[in-house]
Amino acid sequence: MLKTELLVVGAGPAGLAAAIEAKKGGVKDLLLVDLNMRPGGQLFKQIHKFFGSKAHRAGIRGIDIGTQMLEEAKELGIDIWLNTACVGLFDDKIACLEKGQPDGSTKIVYVQPEKIILATGGQENVVRFKGWTTPGVMGAGAAQTMINVNRVQPGQKIVMLGTGNVGLIVSYQLMQAGCEVVALVEAAPKIGGYGVHASKISRAGVPIFTKHTIKEVKGNGPNGRVSEVVIVELDEKWNPIEGTEKTFEADTVTLAAGLKPVSDLVKLQDIELVFNGPFGGWVPTHTRDMESTCPGIYVAGDTTGVEEANTALEEGRLAGISAAQSLGYMKDADAEALKDEIWDRLAGLRMGPFGEKRAVAKKELMDAFPEVARG
Amino acid sequence: MAIADVGYISKQELIDAKQDISDERYAKGPVAVIECVQEIPCNPCEGACRFGAITIGEPITNLPKINEAACTGCGVCVAQCPGLAIFIVNKAYSDTEATVAFPYEYVPIPKEGEEWEGVNRKGEVLCKAKIVKVMNPKSFDRTPVVTVAIPKEFADEVRSVKRK
Ligand code: SF4
Ligand code: SF4
Repeated sequence: MLKTELLVVGAGPAGLAAAIEAKKGGVKDLLLVDLNMRPGGQLFKQIHKFFGSKAHRAGIRGIDIGTQMLEEAKELGIDIWLNTACVGLFDDKIACLEKGQPDGSTKIVYVQPEKIILATGGQENVVRFKGWTTPGVMGAGAAQTMINVNRVQPGQKIVMLGTGNVGLIVSYQLMQAGCEVVALVEAAPKIGGYGVHASKISRAGVPIFTKHTIKEVKGNGPNGRVSEVVIVELDEKWNPIEGTEKTFEADTVTLAAGLKPVSDLVKLQDIELVFNGPFGGWVPTHTRDMESTCPGIYVAGDTTGVEEANTALEEGRLAGISAAQSLGYMKDADAEALKDEIWDRLAGLRMGPFGEKRAVAKKELMDAFPEVARG
Repeated sequence: MAIADVGYISKQELIDAKQDISDERYAKGPVAVIECVQEIPCNPCEGACRFGAITIGEPITNLPKINEAACTGCGVCVAQCPGLAIFIVNKAYSDTEATVAFPYEYVPIPKEGEEWEGVNRKGEVLCKAKIVKVMNPKSFDRTPVVTVAIPKEFADEVRSVKRK
């Protein structure tokens, strides 16, 4: 069995940041695995300039932040296994990896690290309505991958369901990719994402229908593809108001109805989870060091509650520093000082009308950490 | 109606956020108009202005404040704003025309001398918009800034051009 000091599962923003910080902190033997063909996770789909502060590389595009991080990881000599899924997590921190081979096959490899960081990200929610399985209905994230990574238009005329930042940003990027966005539909009474993102959509002349949902998608297009989308207004109790239907000609419906944390691996260990609405579902409670209730297993990023790339990067850094510290590579005082700075920056990101809820959610999640496990 | 209800900003929201510009300042020439009225964690505009005309301070969720006297209207902040929420308005451009500069991240990119259609915050076409300047240096990182000349009465309304 392969031994290593630190295994990081997931090479998205959180996992990459964790690996980089751990390596910088002195960890010698480190393995980063990701089930995708390329590392970087969502960063390489994010062609927009990031928000945040200078420390968050605000104003720089997500793709460029991803490229910078991959270069840094390479310079640091971080070993990344791609096409590699972590399919099991057993007692005594034994991880079962399905390692991708150059010929496309996979090989089972068991690894026993001293510490593990789980940064497995999030997964899009689906929404069910009449016709939701019609070809042309897809997640907004899938559409974003198509345009920004594969450079393929998912369709010509698109209806977006959801106006959180994902719905707004992907709508904008679909237009940048030359698609027509016909309408955005939002069940809540207010637009969920940032006003500055909504303003871009409005300036482009695309209507945003709040208090509306999709009633039906008709599949009379070629090969049964989406041909029409019927939306309907909702009353205060979220019930459809009959007679308020509007029909749009469209060939694609993209769903941006939030994400949920991917916690399959977390669930394989005796890690305590807490249900947390704003964070998208069941999430592992953790300490200030991002350590879960299972000593030596850390969590970071959307796995611990769906937020955004900047918070994922910061949490990844925390986990990486904590792992290096607990492996004895960093002086406590140095590690704590770095972590304090990061927690301050995280507080800044979790402020204001959009962040407050997540600040409360994070506190609840961390307050739920049982005293016994704290040791 | 507020931005979160309709998806575009009202004049009142700009006044409430103290982001409106005085008539006296407008009379002196180009000035940055920031349309960012929600407390979001973001501050690159503050660092972008070497004249110190934009202040956010701590916490990072503070609304950006423009010091209209310090702003030279140079336009450097426009492409740095990830929210594409800063415009340069010049109401002193000529007797009859004003110019508005805005970030424009679509293709085709307008070219100087072309005539496009000016749109308001809702995307409605208001007037003809003559492209007078297109800036797209490397430092703008693929956010071209387009300046259009429009009839003066639309200076507070036109914020982009209709996409082609
Ligand atoms: S236009 Fe120039 S001077 Fe005015 S706020 Fe922007 S960067 Fe500063
Ligand atoms: S950079 Fe733009 S979006 Fe960010 S605070 Fe400044 S004006 Fe608002």
